[in-house]
Amino acid sequence: MTHHYWRKLVNGLMFSLTAACALTAVCVLFWILGFLVWNGGRALNLDFFTQLPKPPGELGGGMANAIVGSAQIVLVAAVIGIPIGFLVGVYLAEFGMGSFPFFVRYTADLLNGVPSIVMGIFAYAIVVRPLHRFSALAGGVALSVILIPTTIRTTEQFLRAVPRTLREGALALGASKWKSIATIVVPAAIRGVATGMILGIARIAGESAPLLFTSFGNQYWSTSLGNPTASLPVMIFTYAISPYADWHRQAWAAGLVLLAVMLLLNMGARVVLAPGAAHKT
Amino acid sequence: MAVSAALSESGAPERTADTLLARLRTGDEAAHLLTLGFAASILLIAGLLVWELFSNSVDARRKFGLDFLLTSKWDPVAGQFGALPFIYGTLITSVVALVLSVPLGLGAAIFLSELAPPRISDALTFIIELLAAVPSVIYGLLAVFALVPLLRDPIQPFLGRVFGFVPIFQGPSYGVGFLAAGIILAIMVVPFIISISRESLLAVPTEQREAALALGATRWESTWHVVVPYARLGIIGSIFLALARALGETMAVTMVIGNTPQIAASLFAPGYTIPAVIANEFTEATSDIHLSALIELGLVLFLLTIVINAFARLMVLATTKRGTTHP
Repeated sequence: MTHHYWRKLVNGLMFSLTAACALTAVCVLFWILGFLVWNGGRALNLDFFTQLPKPPGELGGGMANAIVGSAQIVLVAAVIGIPIGFLVGVYLAEFGMGSFPFFVRYTADLLNGVPSIVMGIFAYAIVVRPLHRFSALAGGVALSVILIPTTIRTTEQFLRAVPRTLREGALALGASKWKSIATIVVPAAIRGVATGMILGIARIAGESAPLLFTSFGNQYWSTSLGNPTASLPVMIFTYAISPYADWHRQAWAAGLVLLAVMLLLNMGARVVLAPGAAHKT
Repeated sequence: MAVSAALSESGAPERTADTLLARLRTGDEAAHLLTLGFAASILLIAGLLVWELFSNSVDARRKFGLDFLLTSKWDPVAGQFGALPFIYGTLITSVVALVLSVPLGLGAAIFLSELAPPRISDALTFIIELLAAVPSVIYGLLAVFALVPLLRDPIQPFLGRVFGFVPIFQGPSYGVGFLAAGIILAIMVVPFIISISRESLLAVPTEQREAALALGATRWESTWHVVVPYARLGIIGSIFLALARALGETMAVTMVIGNTPQIAASLFAPGYTIPAVIANEFTEATSDIHLSALIELGLVLFLLTIVINAFARLMVLATTKRGTTHP
């Protein structure tokens, strides 16, 4: 009988431990949120959104140029990455039989796993070096190479989830294959596909490693895509490791803003656009 | 879609003719070729990536050969580049991360798939997946201002007093170093382990659990001796994916690793990792050989993560295909 109780005890004990594990993992998010809201909330003010950075040692200033710069870089990445990713996703879902599509799919998966800093080196080699200067364009190229594989994956996934009967219905009515794809299949999956794209954009908007030596940084407004451009993640990095207390304060403010944008995009994409279709990359 | 709009004008409904031209005119072949072209561009991008990494690091390979990976003197001023301390630091921080995150992640995944009611499980999984979306520079920010002070005092001195007889817990406590980087990496990769392991566990057929329970096993015994072994390939795959992430993670590690190229037995000691040295020195590299050495480090990192990823993907693929109850 004692053996029986022992087994019961182990059962209860181990499952309590697993519950503790899950609770710990969830608590980390609230710890992060709490820390950022506490430190960032105190540091955030209107100047942060409207002012340029001040030189080291001077108090005040903001990161208006970095906010706009981040938007510029992400826009470039989206303009390059979304169409390519989408069309390849369509190819894999609709024409994706045989060994060539399998190879493309596997390559996209592997690209997805390449460290983002390596993508930075790639963009440095193909954009910064030929143009002899750091630029928002180079940063956008680096981020687009990160965006393409995730867009491919989610587009394919959601197009494949469209029922066969819808395609067959369109074909039976005499539509050509591409017409059934463009007018029936893609519209049916558009919410899921858009969710995937928003999640992909949210991910690249937080990247800093590939921007360090592509878009670099800038104390002032960047007037063209061909100039070095400040971005919010890189500013957080530079400010956090600096020795100035006022820069630390602003790093917290920037961290809070970045995290808020991140969480809003993520929750918005998952909850509003595709209820119940939470996916993983 | 501008592309399909443009195509629709040329798409006449002549489906009887069978020549290539006619098929192009109905649009099917054109759509196929267009998307095929973009699909091929993925292979081109991947090829170009490998080529750029390879060709831009030729100088370093020619000058140092295999010594690049085997020596530990990194002196940009003297033109001496040995990458061993960075490789060591990358591996050690990743191992620390896995040692901490695997038990935690697996435990949480078991709870979420086997014990928690579906509603709670989905809600918690949602929160955990949000963690995966937090940018790494924010983890770095927290590590610098919250984790490092805690490690400097009291955690590392405490570990030193209690476990000081083990070499990895010896030496002065700076706060920054292998342990700090390992802990922040563990926090960052746990969501991946949880979410992929949970998927694999959920893919285990219910009959497997019922059979074990019918034989008199407790719920834990059925989970540990039947369900987990059944899902092992997926779980191992998730661990390898986490490892690949940890190896390539840059920002958070760069902020707390201590930026000291040395090989130290103690986890309290400051070190350096491959991504961190690329991040710190790339824009400051003045000589061509320095840049070439940094790009070769990038190549090493690339090959390391590609091999691990390829392995992990195959394993995850193998389990999720086998399951029957997967939604």
